[in-house]
Amino acid sequence: MPHDHHDHDHDNHLEPMDARVRALETILTRKGLVDPAAIDTIIDTYAHRVGPQNGAAVVARAWTDPAFAEWLARDATAAVASMGYCGRQGEHVQAVFNTPQQHNVIVCTLCSCYPWSLLGLPPVWYKSPAYRSRVVIEPRAVLAEFGLVLPAGQAVRVWDSTAEMRYLVVPMRPAGTDGWAPEALAALVTRESMVGTGLARAASGVPA
Amino acid sequence: MNGPQDLGGRMGFGPVAPESGEPLFHAPWEARALGITLACGALGHWNLDESRHARETLGPAVYYSSSYYEIWTRALIVLLQRHGLVSAGELAAGQAESAPPHPKRLTADRVPGVLARGTPYDRPLTAPPRFAPGDRVRTRNAHPRGHTRLPTYLAGHLGVIESDHGGFVLPDSNAHGLGEAPGRLYTVVFDGVEVWGHDGEPGLTISADLWEGYLENA
Repeated sequence: MPHDHHDHDHDNHLEPMDARVRALETILTRKGLVDPAAIDTIIDTYAHRVGPQNGAAVVARAWTDPAFAEWLARDATAAVASMGYCGRQGEHVQAVFNTPQQHNVIVCTLCSCYPWSLLGLPPVWYKSPAYRSRVVIEPRAVLAEFGLVLPAGQAVRVWDSTAEMRYLVVPMRPAGTDGWAPEALAALVTRESMVGTGLARAASGVPA
Repeated sequence: MNGPQDLGGRMGFGPVAPESGEPLFHAPWEARALGITLACGALGHWNLDESRHARETLGPAVYYSSSYYEIWTRALIVLLQRHGLVSAGELAAGQAESAPPHPKRLTADRVPGVLARGTPYDRPLTAPPRFAPGDRVRTRNAHPRGHTRLPTYLAGHLGVIESDHGGFVLPDSNAHGLGEAPGRLYTVVFDGVEVWGHDGEPGLTISADLWEGYLENA
């Protein structure tokens, strides 16, 4: 999307915020409240270790391993923990499976709850008032802004993350991927497809 | 409280405008803001619910004109002052006297373990469930002044219990330092027409995770 969206008014705040956060970190460090090296490690965790590749590995395994898919549907917290995905903002997880009859979309209307352990940090659009306000009343109109137009016969279920349950959408497996290895399938699983604002990529690599 | 955070169904915010190839952070300060927010949380002076309430009480004009990491930073400053960890004078000066490390200061070696453990919010309950999957319920027509996780757009509406998640810490109490007061959490499903009349999209269903105390028999 172009960069002329009204949210980019926030760019005006970047310089004051940069100074403000630097000053705050200086104070906190001097007072023995934070360790800058710990902050580096937190940032590195979400930049390199915890991100949507985790959720994509879960989805690809669910597509190829029926016993795992059944476990994921019944007790997602345990199923994803068995793959090493647990912890902050992923303490309690539920997987919701798209079908030709029902498409699932996740939101947090009250703040920005998001399954960090599986998808990493939420994108700006997920936290935006526009998404949070509209997706619970006009999800198809919102999905169209992501380029996703659902068949008229497919119902839409919106899951508002109002408590500590964190939701992972398991998108439908693309056609023409029979026999694909989980690693190849995972490359088709986008972040948006696991929030419900997109579908998995088609086998050709072009968004379905 | 039905403050600026209570956004479900509110109108006038424009298109969503997802950014293709969005970077993880839009400026280096956002990464530092994330890190200091998590590191200060690890000191144990407040919980997640108090943090959320600090963000939603910043005031509507501030909330709507701030980016999300700015909201986090502003709320962190409120919490640091409320709990006596940083003074207004220090913030104004941008400096502070050196002090020995806080006993719970998060060090780099502890970060992986702390993030991997997270903060589970499930709690054992002795009381049996009041509702069972399939039961019809009505959410209370509640408008508390304090923190709550019953969104206004779902208050006073008929829904159906889909699942019972067991006991969870009650944010309405925990946010205000009144204890965890765990209550049973259910996923409740609402028909779009019940919530929005005919102003919502046809065929829509919405679910939310709601505590037993938010619900009445219907």
